[in-house]
Amino acid sequence: MKISREDVMRVAELAYLDLSETELETYRAQIDEILEYIGKLNELDTAKVEPMAQVLTGDQQADATLREDLVVPCAVAEDVLKHAPDPEPPYFRVPKVIER
Amino acid sequence: MTTNWTIDGVREALAAKKISAGELAGEFYKRIEARNPELNAYLALSPERARRQTDKIDALVAAGKPLPPLAGVPVAIKDVISTRGIKTTCGSKILENHIPAYDATAVERLEAAGAVILGKTNCDEFAMGSSNENSAYGPVKNPVAPDRVPGGSSGGSAAAVAAGLAVAALGTDTGGSIRQPGALCGIPAMMGSYGRVSRYGLIAFASSLDRIGPLATNVGDVAAILQVVAGRDPHDSTSTTTPVPDYRAELEKPVKGLRLGIPKEYFGEGMEAGVRQKIEAGIAIFKKLGCGLVEIRMPHTDYAIAAYYIIATAEASSNLARYDGVRYGLRVHGDSLLSMYRKTRGAGFGAEVKRRIVLGTYVLSAGYYDAYYLKGQRVRSLIAQDFRDAFTKVDAILTPTSPVPAFKLGERTDDPLQMYLADIYTVTGSLAGVPGISVPCGKVGGKLPVGLQIFGSAFGEARVLQLAHAFEQAGGASV
Repeated sequence: MKISREDVMRVAELAYLDLSETELETYRAQIDEILEYIGKLNELDTAKVEPMAQVLTGDQQADATLREDLVVPCAVAEDVLKHAPDPEPPYFRVPKVIER
Repeated sequence: MTTNWTIDGVREALAAKKISAGELAGEFYKRIEARNPELNAYLALSPERARRQTDKIDALVAAGKPLPPLAGVPVAIKDVISTRGIKTTCGSKILENHIPAYDATAVERLEAAGAVILGKTNCDEFAMGSSNENSAYGPVKNPVAPDRVPGGSSGGSAAAVAAGLAVAALGTDTGGSIRQPGALCGIPAMMGSYGRVSRYGLIAFASSLDRIGPLATNVGDVAAILQVVAGRDPHDSTSTTTPVPDYRAELEKPVKGLRLGIPKEYFGEGMEAGVRQKIEAGIAIFKKLGCGLVEIRMPHTDYAIAAYYIIATAEASSNLARYDGVRYGLRVHGDSLLSMYRKTRGAGFGAEVKRRIVLGTYVLSAGYYDAYYLKGQRVRSLIAQDFRDAFTKVDAILTPTSPVPAFKLGERTDDPLQMYLADIYTVTGSLAGVPGISVPCGKVGGKLPVGLQIFGSAFGEARVLQLAHAFEQAGGASV
């Protein structure tokens, strides 16, 4: 077994994701099978291979330098807040974060 | 009334005043009204926005002014691509009421070129799936066989175009999500190189893999759409300044003498016999066209799915952290901020998305990062190297797009790994960043379409289109 029930619970907690009992077990079994399959990567010796962190090669990259710091209009705040779940313009309201 | 509109056909009809842009859009909305209840290809329609655009185009026609390249062309946009003022749900309950405050660059460019946006198309939730069965708003039916899937994740875009409910559509491709539904619905569908089309306004799934691209009824139209949306956008730092050639001019260039690689690894077990027979017949067409066929090896192909599902889920787990119920979309109330996050995400995401968040978080978590994520990235290097090596020997690579034609709805939903394995021929090019197209290549049993995939080298879109066009003109669709 590659992944335990506790692993799934720990990961769900890291991802702030509520999972039901059924989901926990279903995902555990399915992810276990997927990780088993992924294990085939260990057939490859990659000790001397650099990880591919960028898709574009240097000569394809558009900006070797940073763009100029220009102020441009961006008047979307009202629109954005209009569709927020609990807006209190100009803020988003959330449940209390700090306990006294 | 013409039933099979093309971009050229629309332009000629408008110029000859046979139809107005407004009437044409109206005709498409009628078709949608008639067929969408069955197909479920569209999630939202945007008739007011379409009307504003057709008024503009019709005014140009009336004034005898020159028309932009896509004037009056009715198009559909996959629902993971932001459209200002039009609901953009990503096929997810968590964004059920999300109305973007801005347009994606690709959408802005299509409209600037005269295209008329009819509406938003159904897709797997956050583009995660290969059958469109992961949409929170119900599956899309394949127009050629309504008991079958259209492929995914851009299933709505492919079905809309194949059923004549749009002249062309934008889809997105992360591991095959444009090419595979294109193949299963029997239309050409293309992803350009990574960096060719701006991702600004594309709601992110896996940022190092996601690409926007066109689906249409013929290769010329695919080229015309790509032409408009391609090119540098200051809003996306990964969009490149590599020049965009005139794709439609390149289409007509002769393909005689080009060397085409046939990678042995793509013709092993797992491919359905009917698909194999069509692909072999398709390859024979290229031989008849005077292309040289070269057997090549791409030794790391068999590891691509494993590497892909590490990298894509890792990036997804990070990208989808933004759905926390604070700024947009669903909020489920909790008595603390963290409980609100957990409940919102638990209730708002569907099963496949949750599964991928769990897997992606796991492969990035302390103690597993090196074994999984870093390993996946190293293997990604090897796969990209396979492509670079191949392109020192050949001008393009031919493969099947999908090992199977459209399968029955519900047939594969219980087994995620089996569903992942359906992406076996498409994820390689996604990982390598190269362009790829799927073109129709016959039908299994005279009914279910097969797609032939053509890969080109990075920023070699023109070559890919040229070969696809030659194949289409030579009758590839009916081999």
